[in-house]
This record gives sequence, C-alpha cells and structure tokens, in this order.
Amino acid sequence: MQYDHILIRYGEMALKGKNRKSFILQLQNNLRQQLQEFPNVTIKRTQGRMFVLLNGHDPEVIMDKCKNIFGIQSLSLAIKVRNEEEEIKAAALWALQNEQGARTFKVSVKRIDKNFPIRSQQMNQVLGAHLLSSTIGYTVDVHNPDMEIKVEIRKEATYITSSVIPGLGGLPVGSSGKTLLLLSGGIDSPVAGFLAMKRGVEVEAVHFHSPPFTSERAKQKVLDLAEKLTNYGNKVKVHIVPFTKVQQHIFREMPDNYAMTIMRRMMMRISERICKNESILSMTTGESLGQVASQTMESMNTINEVTNYPILRPLVAMDKDDIVKISRKIDTYDISIRPYEDCCTIFVPKSPKTRPSREKVNEFEAQTDFSGLIEEAVSGIEVVTLTGKAGAEEKFNDLF
Amino acid sequence: MIYLDNSATTKPDSAVLNSFYQASERFFANPSSIHQLGGEAEKLLQRSKEQAAQLLQVQTDEIVFTAGGTEGNNLAIKGIALEHQKRGNHIITTQVEHPSVLEAFQGLEQLGFTVTYLPVNETGVVSIDELKQAITDDTIFISIIHVNNELGSIQPVEEIGEIASQYPKLFFHVDNVQGMGKVPLKLSDSGIDLCTISGHKLHGLKGTGLLYVKKGTTLFPLFHGGGQERSLRSGTENLAGAVSLVKALRLTKERETDGIRHMYHLQTIIREKLSMMDGVFINTPEQAAPHIMNISVPGLKPEVLIHMLGEKEIYISTKSACSSKQTDESKILAACGHGRDRSASALRISLAYDSTENDIHTFLRELEEAINRLKAVME
Repeated sequence: MQYDHILIRYGEMALKGKNRKSFILQLQNNLRQQLQEFPNVTIKRTQGRMFVLLNGHDPEVIMDKCKNIFGIQSLSLAIKVRNEEEEIKAAALWALQNEQGARTFKVSVKRIDKNFPIRSQQMNQVLGAHLLSSTIGYTVDVHNPDMEIKVEIRKEATYITSSVIPGLGGLPVGSSGKTLLLLSGGIDSPVAGFLAMKRGVEVEAVHFHSPPFTSERAKQKVLDLAEKLTNYGNKVKVHIVPFTKVQQHIFREMPDNYAMTIMRRMMMRISERICKNESILSMTTGESLGQVASQTMESMNTINEVTNYPILRPLVAMDKDDIVKISRKIDTYDISIRPYEDCCTIFVPKSPKTRPSREKVNEFEAQTDFSGLIEEAVSGIEVVTLTGKAGAEEKFNDLF
Repeated sequence: MIYLDNSATTKPDSAVLNSFYQASERFFANPSSIHQLGGEAEKLLQRSKEQAAQLLQVQTDEIVFTAGGTEGNNLAIKGIALEHQKRGNHIITTQVEHPSVLEAFQGLEQLGFTVTYLPVNETGVVSIDELKQAITDDTIFISIIHVNNELGSIQPVEEIGEIASQYPKLFFHVDNVQGMGKVPLKLSDSGIDLCTISGHKLHGLKGTGLLYVKKGTTLFPLFHGGGQERSLRSGTENLAGAVSLVKALRLTKERETDGIRHMYHLQTIIREKLSMMDGVFINTPEQAAPHIMNISVPGLKPEVLIHMLGEKEIYISTKSACSSKQTDESKILAACGHGRDRSASALRISLAYDSTENDIHTFLRELEEAINRLKAVME
C-alpha cells in the first residue's frame, strides 16, 4: 500500500470573497509549475480543497516540494479506497503503522455518503477495535493523540488521511502583483524577498555589479540566491546593472561621508527605471531599522526622496537573529556568507553619514550631472531568468 | 568476452568517461582559486553535490566526495572514533566486513578501543538480538556492511538504523559499496548517520566515491590541509572525478528498477542450473542481493577453474578481490560456519545490468565442462 494523493487545505484564501477563485487558480498553477518534473502528477480542485494525485510518484519528495508553496495552510498524505469496510480497515491499519513514532491514536470517521451502511460513530469503534487488535503497543487517546486517522466516506470513494503537516501559509505567489527586490548578496535581502513572496508577490530582482571591483563570483552568488527563491515562486528574473562607472563617479566627485547615501539614491533611481520598464509597482529591500548606517531613519528619509514608488521593507521590525533563522530555513544563509566583495562593501567610506539630510544631499548632487551615467547603466542591464534546477547551467547539463 | 566479476570492479560506462574527459578539459581550474576559472570550477563542484544529493534524496551539505570505498569506510570509522572517543570507547561491527572496515576496526583496537565483532548465521546475517545485547553505555559507533561483497547477503540495516536512532550518542555507518544500485536503501530518516558509496562498482571510475554524512555529524578528518569538503577531506578536489561519479550514479538510478529485476532473473537461472550440478555447493543464500552468486566446488582449486574459464575469455573471481591474493580460506564463509573444504574453494560470479542471458548460458556450459575436465584429471 502507498499514499496515492496529497490533500491540500487553503488558509486565508478560503476567506476571500469574489476573488477567491483567482487565488485558487493561481495556487493550482503554482503547484503545477513546481511539480513539473513529475509527469504523472495531476492536480484537482474540489469543494474547499485541492488534491495532488501522485499516480505512482514518490509521496515524500512531492510533499517536500508542496511544503515550499505559499497559500497552503496544511497538507496531509492520503489513501483512496473503495467504500468497503475491509478495504477501509486495511488502509487505516497501514496508515497507523506507517507513521513513525506514533504510539497513541484516534480515529475520526465522517460519513458523507449516507448510503454507506455503518454510521460514523459505529465505524469509529469498528476501526478502533480493528487497529488495536491488529497491533501491539498502540493505545487510543481521544484528547491528545500522536496521530489522528481521518476517514472520510464520500460518494465516490473513502479517503484516509494521516497527520496534518503545516504548510507555509501566506498567499499564492503571483496573486498580489510584482515587486523589484534589491538583491545585494547579503543575508537580509533574500529573506525580504521570501517574505514578500509570502504575501503572494512575484519577485524580480535587481543587482548592482561593479566589475572588476566585484567579481563574477559575487554575481554568481546573487544568481544562486535568486535560484533559491525559485523554490517558492515560479521563476525569478534578475536585472544585473553595470554600476562601475556610477560608483566611480560618486567616489571621485562626491564628499566621502555622503558617498554611501548618494550611491543608494542612484540605486533607487535606476531601480525605479526598471520598474517602469517592466510594469512593476513596488520595490522591496532588506532594510531593517538601525542595523547599519544606511538604515537609520534619517538615511531612509534621504534615500527614499528620489522615488515615490512604494518600498516594501518586510524586515523593518525584525532582529538580526530572526532574519538569520529564516535565511537558514530557506537555505540562503550559506550562500550569503560566501566572502566575496559586493558593490556595498567595495567602496566603504571611513565614516559614512548616519544622519544625512535631504538638503545637503541635493546640494551635492546638483554639482555634477549623473543622468548620462544612469542612462548608460540602464541601457547596459543584463537580464538572467532563473527557473529552478531544471534549466540551470546549461553548460554543465551534458556532464551529468 | 564475458565479464562476470562486477563486484570486483565494473567497466566504466563510455558516458562516464566522456563526462570525466569533458570536465577535465573544460573545468580544470582549482575550485579554490578566486579567478573566474576557479569560480566556474567551484560552481560545477557545487552542482555535482546538488545532483548527487538529489539522486540519493539527501541534503546537499551531507555529501563528501572521497576517493572511493576504502577511504569512505576509513573516514567514517576513524573519523567517528577519534572525534567522539570521550563519549565512550566501545565500537561494534560484524565478522563479515570488507577488509577496509575490518582492519580499520583492528587498528582502533590497537589504539585502545574495545570492539565487538558480531557473529553471523549460516546465511551471513547478523542477529538483531545479539546486536541489541552488544550495545552498552560505552558504545559510540556501529558499522555494518549492507550487502556482503563475497556472498551477497543483505544485513537488516534498516532495522539496525531504527535501533541505533534510539541511542542518541551512537553513530551508525553503512558500507553500501556493494548495495548501491542493487538493493535500494533509503538514507534520510533511516537512523543511518554515515554511508559509503564507491564509483567504480557503478560503472564509474576508480578513485571516485562519496560518503554521506548526516547533518550534525562531526568527524575527525583523515587528511588535514586546505579545508576542502568542509574540512572533512582536505586536498584539491577531484572535480572531474566527482562529476563522473554523479553521471555514474544517475545512469545507475535510471536503470535501477529494471536492472535489479533483470539480475534476479539471471541469478535464478544460475542457481537452478548450479544446484543440479554434481559437487557444486551454493553459498549465496536465497534472500540475497541480485548480482552476486557465490559457489564452492570442494576438492577443486578455484584458481585453476578461474584460469580455465579465462582461456575461454570468461572472467569470474575467487573471494573478494581485496583479499583474494591471500591464498587462505574465505573469512566470510568461515564466519558463516562453512568448513575449510568449502570456504577454501569458493568462486564468485557477479553480474551487471548489462549481463545477458546468453552470456550466462555460455558461462554455465563452460563451467560445467571445466569442472568435468578437472575432475577427470584429478581421478
């Protein structure tokens, strides 16, 4: 016997009104995308829930994939059997024995098909007795069982589900529009992207690349981070901006202590240009209040002046420890700590201004013309689209 | 040529050789160099690890590339014993291990560890009860071979894994050099902390292999140096070797289900035929891996039979290749309770996915003829 499908319960989405259908379709679409490599899998919607029919594929690998998809409140592995008492008994027994570490259980039967001859209460007892007499060492605990075996007798078939595993929650990616994530290569920005995705936002990323000061490896690091984010969405487009000239100009012409602030403003201006070109309606950063010089209230105020696009800052109220925890969970931490120089670390002024002002910065910027350099940077953007493992690194594919 | 010595080594697959060649030529840089070429090489190494992890259904950072089975076994055994000796000094293995395990344990014995060598029954399998009884408060490590290299006996490593996972300070290593691609074994959530795999038994190259090291398991390295492979195995990575190993693993995995069924079919043919042959004893138990068939022809020198078959371009072997130069009897067969006449006259036939039914019929016919000719001379 083997689990043959996965039952998916929606969270918040179930509360939506008229838009509900579009959220559910988005989730179904995302599931399809993530499970592409399993050709026999089919995904069905029924009243209030979704089923992934495994059709012979390994349940655990697919469960792991589903656990990464936003919009799922919880999942359970399930077996479908005919509405026959003996088949139901056998499947319930198998489910119990297949659950590692469970010692106490409870059976909950729901008889939706009233033509089934045994009533719910009675069926609870029949199954409980069968499980107890066929096993050693298990006991029934109706209040706090290790495992609840749910049996739903429906018209078409009976479904037996095992323990309920929590999903990621949130909303299906793609249901809340698109954002442009400023991806530096550090620990914070991928976490910010992940959290934006949690609210259903599709993420594109922008990275500022300053060769030869920053290496190909620093760029690859960012692509690897973006690749990790594809585990939670479908694809991630990365806009790589050639930033060397802008940066050099800033550090040659602008006062040292304002260079960082001005550099950030340039990044915002270029990012806004990308948003306009790509019809993206917001930007997302990994800023957390008070972490470094660029993340004081004064810096945010000064940097934010150059754009009126909303800037999402999912980490703004989070402590570093909590951010690190999430980065470990989403597997970006080990990539983020690779020791390559990035555009933010290469030209660090000795004492960056922690309390810059809008007046001052505008005064400085007025002394020189950046528009040509910004134009050049925007026109030199390289776009890399990451789609997850399957399409990655074609030059390596023939080797494996 | 009929090659039936696949447990000693396999013929490298041409696709594997090609991967090795391509990787050597295109990505020759040192993955630790910081220039672009080094970056490319590092990326390829990372991809190799991801691919290997995916094929074995484990985490990427649980893979350590090694130079093969002997190294994997030694790293697991000495690595755990030396790293965790403060927790206890008792370690457990069986009497039917490959020399790279057995002698590593004997080496540790000289350093002051106490070793229990579990006995086996006549089919070459350890008793779970005896294992349970052997575990003490002082036990830190168990190493068990999954599929025996001479007999093909399968140890109940899944069950042992469950037992081992009940003892928090106990590490469990499985030597899966002969089992990979022949007897499926799940690594994650199995209670297995370490597992050795070798490339050249899978139509990969000599000098390639990997050790699965479960997250959170710390080892004392055999090689110190540049900190490669998370400092578990220093030394410039054999990148092309790693790539070729992944290729071999993939090809094996793709063919595994059908390949196993096919080899069981061939094994049954051999068993049926040989059990009817006069003077031939079958040592491989009924419940065994599909690719190994061990027999004894008491009274006839196995070397002579091997050379007679060799003249017909049919290649089989005596016991394990790693111990076959010693002319002594097979320790494995002796541990199963066989007398000297049987344990000193053993022959091993070992199959691959590509072995054909035709080859097997030819081999059986030639073997029968050789035995008859030899017997006529002896009488």
